[in-house]
Amino acid sequence: MKDHLGRPLVAVTGIGIVTPLAWGREANWAAVKAGTSGISRIRRFPVDKLRTTIAGTVELPEEAAGGEVVSSPVRVERMAAAAVEEALAQAALGAGGAFPGPLMVGMPPVEYEWPQRFDLARRANGNGSYRAATEVAAGRQDLYETFLYGGVGERLAARFGTTGAPIALTTACATGASAIQMAVEAIQRGESDAAIALGADGSVQPEAVIRFSLLSALTARNEEPTKASRPFEKTRDGFVMSEGAAALVLESLEHATKRGATVLGILSGCGERADNFHRTRSNPDGSAIIRAMRNAIDDAGLQPGDIGYVNAHGTGTPENDKMETLGMRAVFGDAPPPISSNKSMIGHTLSAAGAIEAAFSLLTIRDQVLPPTINHNEPDPAITLDVVPNVARQVSGLRHVLSNSFGFGGQNVCLVVSAAP
Amino acid sequence: MTRKDVVITGIGLVSSLGEGPDAHWEVLSKPGAAPVLDEAAFAPYAVHPLPALNLDAQIPKKGDQRQMEPWQRLGTYAAGLAIDQAGARGLVSDMHLIVAAGGGERDIAVDEAVATALCTTPPAEAGPILNERLGTDLRPTLFLAQLSNLLAGNISIVHGVTGSSRTFMGEEQAAADAVRIAAARLAEGRGGIALVGGAYVSQRWDLVLLYGAGGAVWRGPFAPVSARTGAGGFVGGALGAFLVLETAEHAAARGAKPLARLAGVACDATHKRAGGASAAAAKALHAKLGAPAGAGLGVLSGMTGVAEARAEEDAFLAGLGGAAVRRTGSLIGHGVEAAFPANVALGALALSRGGFYPAMDPADAGDGPVERILVTGFGQWRGEALALLERAA
Repeated sequence: MKDHLGRPLVAVTGIGIVTPLAWGREANWAAVKAGTSGISRIRRFPVDKLRTTIAGTVELPEEAAGGEVVSSPVRVERMAAAAVEEALAQAALGAGGAFPGPLMVGMPPVEYEWPQRFDLARRANGNGSYRAATEVAAGRQDLYETFLYGGVGERLAARFGTTGAPIALTTACATGASAIQMAVEAIQRGESDAAIALGADGSVQPEAVIRFSLLSALTARNEEPTKASRPFEKTRDGFVMSEGAAALVLESLEHATKRGATVLGILSGCGERADNFHRTRSNPDGSAIIRAMRNAIDDAGLQPGDIGYVNAHGTGTPENDKMETLGMRAVFGDAPPPISSNKSMIGHTLSAAGAIEAAFSLLTIRDQVLPPTINHNEPDPAITLDVVPNVARQVSGLRHVLSNSFGFGGQNVCLVVSAAP
Repeated sequence: MTRKDVVITGIGLVSSLGEGPDAHWEVLSKPGAAPVLDEAAFAPYAVHPLPALNLDAQIPKKGDQRQMEPWQRLGTYAAGLAIDQAGARGLVSDMHLIVAAGGGERDIAVDEAVATALCTTPPAEAGPILNERLGTDLRPTLFLAQLSNLLAGNISIVHGVTGSSRTFMGEEQAAADAVRIAAARLAEGRGGIALVGGAYVSQRWDLVLLYGAGGAVWRGPFAPVSARTGAGGFVGGALGAFLVLETAEHAAARGAKPLARLAGVACDATHKRAGGASAAAAKALHAKLGAPAGAGLGVLSGMTGVAEARAEEDAFLAGLGGAAVRRTGSLIGHGVEAAFPANVALGALALSRGGFYPAMDPADAGDGPVERILVTGFGQWRGEALALLERAA
């Protein structure tokens, strides 16, 4: 029941997943194992004049029925709630809005979007100034509570009855992994027997797409959306923005065992390391991502040779995949384990990615199936890794998976997910 | 598990009153201190403005300064002050970092021009024009200056802090939890030294718009927090506040002199504030910390001036007997994510100087000497938080 450092082992007893592929864990996993792409042309808003016109999007039922497009915080909250519901149902814990532990919410920063800005300007008789908007926004508790950073977490915490203050956090593309790490630490330090960790993102709106585009981060391979995300492949030229959410119910192994819960796996190690090289690029020596990977493996009390598969950060930018290869070779030497990128199918779900990929890592161990990296047509001679090209692979004896998350701003978090003891 | 003692060895503090411990002690330790205000630029909203900073002293590369806007510069600057006071420049590579962040600046001119030009255009027509305008008008680097986690990113880049990096979001509460978790991680042996804090730039219309929509911003001529009538509200105060936390043994081993001991931090967030729920939550946190009441206790209150939160906090404070209560917001304003760390910093400063502060607000009562200091953080909307500071051994 304790790990190599005498800390309580942390079990996963519930998993919930939402991605452009599906609402629901098993439907997502089936699609990922089948190598299905969830990337499509953006239909949510006009894409004229955009360099990139494709993304992975998750529509809410009322949007699909022709309703108004919701803002990012609303989408984040809805996807998050669905993922948590699914995870709680599987864990059979915290029914009736009384979960016995804290909530860690990995999510993007939120702010008024253009529909809100235009609406306020119309109410101000066509005056788009902030001063005028402030006058007409007075008393708009709805705007305030929707766009406060603490809003989404507060509503989820109230709904699920989690304990204490919810913690919303962001470490860019590592956010979902950071949320899991926060929950693991809370259980390890005995703050609680259980916790919910969540990563969610719903940022496909014009300004966010344009901003990532201006950073030259996105691929503009618009003609065949399902072929656009090409992690580790020679012709890769950027990531595809996407949306989704994943939630994990975590509890001490002792707590899970006592109540007879099914243990889906162990969150056995977390490692992090910040990079101080550049705002959007890793240090060319790879030191920070190498340290993050090693720290996670050390934290789990394992050796690199114990890791049987790596769930890649694998964004499909030329830079990331090169650096991740360098990190893999540094940590694992001449015989690195297979590595594949879910982002080839679901795109880069940003703040959700670390959580979704940890969830898929658990399912990888459960079913002993490595999900593929699709769109792998032309190998890149510089990527000296087995990327599980195009087709899922049945394996046996897989016990430990490393899941990598590397963020803009140099925030790197790696997790080790292990089979139930 | 054995908990290690956690101490504060450095504070980095910038407010409208100035920068650094000496400037703040000089002003705040004497009776009759007056707030620094700009009541014109954002009228009818008053703000406590940012003081002039010699940015080169903490952000030596002009290129780094250009990559940031005032919010990230202020936070990066204050973080550097804290590292300097702790004498911890040589320890940054394994220093852990938690930042409580809001969003960075937007391009106000672009926002206003685009909103004015397109607000009445039918959406199907406006969409393509919006795409074109944003694609040409937005500066690529502004995205990075706006991203919440890039304050932490800039602290890593400019000061070399690379042990770990996390950014919490959620207004006042995020900062209290940042301090709580930074301290808890040290107490359980995850590293020996950490940097935690936040920054708030008060002179920003986008923030007045956001918080004003909820009626959280005080409208009208300046008044102290206890005297804001009706629904009340906060007066934004420019604030950069970072703390260097260390285990007592880590500080002792390198001969660093602690300013104060951080005896405990406790946080909660009731889902309903009024009617005593928030006061009861704070009372429970007070008990959880084993915090004292009565004479000898100083309270540095982060009271915002929002009436509902103020009523709850007043009810909580009324249970603390003859404690000396100081509402710091009446002099430095409210700095949202920076408020809680700033009050912890002011607490550590007072304990290190062996004194306390005279009244800052007409409602302040009680008098020194003070042995221990309780910091309160009732968020403008949600969140209750307390920190207990003691004289360093």
